[in-house]
Amino acid sequence: MTDIVVVSAGISVPSSTRILADNLGAAAARALRGPSLTLVETTKPEFTVIELRELAHQLTDNVLTGFPTGALADAVRRVAEADAIIAVSPVYTGSYSGLFKMFFDVLEDGTLEGKPVLIAATAGTARHSLVLEFAMRPLFAYLRADVVPTAVFAASEDFGGGAVRGGSLSQRIDRAAGELADKVLRRGTTLPDDPFENPTPFEDLLRDI
Amino acid sequence: MQLGIFTVGDVTPDPTTGRAPTEHERIRAAVEIAKKAEEVGLDVFATGEHHNPPFVAPANPPVLLANIAAQTERIILSTSTTLITTNDPVRIAQDYSYLQHLAEGRVDVMMGRGNTGPVYPWFGKDIREGIPLAIENYALLHRLWREDVVDWEGKFRTPLQGFTSTPRPLDGVPPFVWHGSIRSPEIAEQAAFYGDGFFANHIFWPASHTARMVSLYRRRFEHYGHGSADQAIVGLGGQVYMAKNSQDAINEFRPYFDVAPVYGHGPSLEDFTRETPLTVGSPQQVIERTLGFREYAGDYQRQLFLVDHAGLPLKKVLEQLDMLGEEVVPVLRREFAALKPAHVPDAPTHASLLEKARSSVEPQSSSVEPVEITSSPAYEEGRLEADEEITA
Repeated sequence: MTDIVVVSAGISVPSSTRILADNLGAAAARALRGPSLTLVETTKPEFTVIELRELAHQLTDNVLTGFPTGALADAVRRVAEADAIIAVSPVYTGSYSGLFKMFFDVLEDGTLEGKPVLIAATAGTARHSLVLEFAMRPLFAYLRADVVPTAVFAASEDFGGGAVRGGSLSQRIDRAAGELADKVLRRGTTLPDDPFENPTPFEDLLRDI
Repeated sequence: MQLGIFTVGDVTPDPTTGRAPTEHERIRAAVEIAKKAEEVGLDVFATGEHHNPPFVAPANPPVLLANIAAQTERIILSTSTTLITTNDPVRIAQDYSYLQHLAEGRVDVMMGRGNTGPVYPWFGKDIREGIPLAIENYALLHRLWREDVVDWEGKFRTPLQGFTSTPRPLDGVPPFVWHGSIRSPEIAEQAAFYGDGFFANHIFWPASHTARMVSLYRRRFEHYGHGSADQAIVGLGGQVYMAKNSQDAINEFRPYFDVAPVYGHGPSLEDFTRETPLTVGSPQQVIERTLGFREYAGDYQRQLFLVDHAGLPLKKVLEQLDMLGEEVVPVLRREFAALKPAHVPDAPTHASLLEKARSSVEPQSSSVEPVEITSSPAYEEGRLEADEEITA
């Protein structure tokens, strides 16, 4: 099963960030299913959403204590095991939100290494759209994630007319989702090596100094 | 089962009074705490090593431990931890051997990498090489304690040619070594390779880290041929605060907990006691929780409690030690002994290691035999060779 995890840092309910997150998740699942119906049986793409608002207190605890607990521990594990991540933040004071950053701060080193990631953001005005390129893309570059070329930005006006589908936002969503699906299918499902299952033998540790 | 305490020597204001002990008071308190630990019947006192405020744990633990050795008779003196990354392994070899002689063998050592980042650059080291430093420095230390004359060349320290570390370990028996780590599998691997002990700090972090590390260490201990997995030598930390009545313990400890270093201003006391091995309650609750550790760590050999941090005044700490000694330790000792299968060994001591060396080693091997330096042929030979090379 292909597993897409959407991380949404929207705060209000309902939030435009969550709406965009759901649209991207659904588009990615559609793209992974592809035009051929035969793929349905083999990949069964699904997406699930992590709402960071619900984890805000546990995130603060994690930053202070160094380890995740409860639902946050579960969310961290889901992200580590996901085939792809869709990361969506509202723009706060010219960047992704603090809550959004906290989540990616507490992931173990290497969690996102090589993992296909789609980045997206929302704001009240389209003037913030380059936040994706100047703030969010470098963050995921640092985490050595494999970020798709198309980043999806939605300003309030993009949600106009009561329809997210239709107009250029949905085209951007579909293009980005298609790019994410391509990366996932090319990469296949890989789980990181478990150093507790397969420790580096001591002779190698000694030799590699 | 060895039961004892470990300290990190933090100088923290008492949040109920706002007053911090002076360095002098806190240093004297460490000695008082160690003496009290022996008096109430504990087996081990271990001190951390620190090089910066707000700590007064010694920069070189043998300084404190030698002072305690002079004022105690029985308690084993150990560390929590000795920094194997930033200390010169030659100085560790020499200082701890010396301490062995002063303390009549009541010494073992726990190696750790340290968790204060700037310590590495202060001592000219690179924190990104923490693991390689721990591996190479210990490889040298291990030889310095076992070989009378050592030639050495490594990546991290100046080479040694025909070097003899002095004094030689007491009775030719190096101090037993524990390797401490929270979650680095390489350190569990290292402990297993040498057949040394592994110590899981088991405070401030979830028990799941401990379970994973101990299980890896046990498996690899067997792999390297030191015995079966359940014969590996495991130590655990633990953190307790007690009062006769558990609600009193919670009420008394909460003001310290809420603003403590490491976890303060974060999770609630209730969350933290659930998620980590911290136990705040009656002596009976401490006994039950502690006995539960063996469910994920197996039958283990050493349990050390942290009882003196977060600004708790000395008086409170001494009361905790009284309760540990009177109500907790005797029960734990009895219960752990009853649960432990006969083939699971106790923690090695100087006496047990000496006996093992005497009973199992061929006479011609000088590595574990008691060594008279002046009459050792190996020493003489090595020395001569080294001198020749130097003067040639």
